[in-house]
Amino acid sequence: MFAYVVRRVLATIPVMAIVALFVFSLLYIAPGDPAAVIAGDQATPDDVERIRASLGLDRPYLVRFGAWVWDIMRGDLGVSIFTNLPVSTMIRQRIEPTLSLMVVTLILAVSIAVPMGVVAAWRQGTWIDRAVMAFAVLGFSVPVFVVGYVLAYFFALEWDLLPVQGYTPFARGFWPWLENLILPAIALGSVYIALIARITRATMLEVLQQDYIRTARAKGLNQGGILFLHALKNAAVPIITVIGIGIALLIGGAVVTESVFAIPGLGRLTVDAILRRDYPVIQGVVLLFSFVYVLVNLAIDLAYTLFDPRIRY
Amino acid sequence: MGGGSAASLPPGVNAAVPMQDIMPPVKPKKGVIGFLRRNPTIAIGGFLVLLMVCIAIFAPFLFTKDPTALAPALRTREPSARFWFGSDMLGRDIYSRVLYGARVSLTVGFAVAICASAIGLFIGLVSGFIRVADSIIMRIMDGMMSIPSILLAIALMALTRGSVGNVVLAITVAEIPRVSRLVRGVVLSLREQPYVDAAVASGTRTPMIIIRHILPNTLAPLTVQATYICASAMITEAILSFIGAGTPPIIPSWGNIMAEGRALWQVKPYIVFFPAIFLSITVLAVNLLGDGLRDALDPRMAKRL
Repeated sequence: MFAYVVRRVLATIPVMAIVALFVFSLLYIAPGDPAAVIAGDQATPDDVERIRASLGLDRPYLVRFGAWVWDIMRGDLGVSIFTNLPVSTMIRQRIEPTLSLMVVTLILAVSIAVPMGVVAAWRQGTWIDRAVMAFAVLGFSVPVFVVGYVLAYFFALEWDLLPVQGYTPFARGFWPWLENLILPAIALGSVYIALIARITRATMLEVLQQDYIRTARAKGLNQGGILFLHALKNAAVPIITVIGIGIALLIGGAVVTESVFAIPGLGRLTVDAILRRDYPVIQGVVLLFSFVYVLVNLAIDLAYTLFDPRIRY
Repeated sequence: MGGGSAASLPPGVNAAVPMQDIMPPVKPKKGVIGFLRRNPTIAIGGFLVLLMVCIAIFAPFLFTKDPTALAPALRTREPSARFWFGSDMLGRDIYSRVLYGARVSLTVGFAVAICASAIGLFIGLVSGFIRVADSIIMRIMDGMMSIPSILLAIALMALTRGSVGNVVLAITVAEIPRVSRLVRGVVLSLREQPYVDAAVASGTRTPMIIIRHILPNTLAPLTVQATYICASAMITEAILSFIGAGTPPIIPSWGNIMAEGRALWQVKPYIVFFPAIFLSITVLAVNLLGDGLRDALDPRMAKRL
């Protein structure tokens, strides 16, 4: 077990290194000369050259990559070209809304999608099953911002049930915080729900055919207990795997959802950075999201034993 | 295999295979009509995709105006006989812009599907056949896959000028790892098949094995994957344009029209809704086509999902 954990953790290092190299190269080949930008309009070529040397921009590619990685390990992601603030500070200021949105979406999606998939598998071939599958196809097809606008139009503008846009920090109370996140979470979660429901249904169909389920039925256990305790437990591994993989969808979708609902999170930061060509910020956000994604999936891999004690490493 | 009902029957009686599975109930109809009747999802999806392709090709003849023609005096008009889908804040006809927008979406979708499949096929074949290359290539693909694909496309778009070609390139790069993994998986499982061993034993050269035995078997899963890539590429294009990192604003793409309508959507929701409806229907059509193809080409998979 311990050997497996060490091996699995070590295996993420090359992956992260490749992500880092990729993201670094992005800035390296980015058009525009940071030294010239910092020096300003009045600078002579000598000034620019001096600034370039002081920033270490004249050093070779790999030396710069090494220095950059060293900086990241100490939590230094560089300085924004536009605001002159450290990128790590900008990210810290914007992380709460995005984290809130993702956590709410995750909880909402899992608590809707898993029962949906279970019921669809239990009632295979009936109208419930067809409805769930039709919903899954729709969820994959209707883009997140379309869902967002439709929801906001009806629930916020027409019926005035929830706020249209914006974000309230958690510090100002639970309900004001949640109220603003419900519509964005449903919009962002639609693809995710479709994905999880589909996998849950497929896995449950397989599990429900096994002998021990028949035994449980023969013993006269109630249906709900069989489905959610006996069967779902054994279907857990694929479902949890897809929940982890699907986080990539959440991250990509958050960028758009935050634009639709005017949430001042990392997604907005990314969009603003793109419009301003603020490469250090883009680089920092992409790096952060990718590392979070890798680490979440590492954690899920390591957690398999908790859900399925048969798995031994 | 250990089917429940078989247990009570005497040995030798195979109850797991009911009669109707052995004998086809109705003689399947031949030809295109019969195929479409047996696969209604392909029929519906294919019809809608064809419809969109026709709209894109014949956009100039479908009572459209110049999609970029400005009419400042006729800004933000509600849908009417003059402006079927209304007009935007520069007085441009949204109906015309949406119809012309089909060109951008479909071009990006099809181009990405073709490019990503071709490159992914090549990388997957190399990876599946050359052991030394495999571990290196797959580590790189793992790294690329851990950057969420929309973020990867956004990052690439930030480097270049917005143009349809660059959008195709950025989305293709983001899609390649998944295709490569798929093809590699198929290749690795095919290599273990007895008929490939037989081909090796009878002295068939590797290129010939690839062409004759491996390629034809990758085609079915690759086609299905390509349709899904096409659908997700169209969504990604719209997202990129929507956040201002996609096609240049002068080109009427669905994402651009929605981006322009964003500021006004609370008072003039139709600017956002018409392109949104077209985008959703097109993506739905391509996804239905993909699901139908998957069921038709891979019956084993169809039973599971």
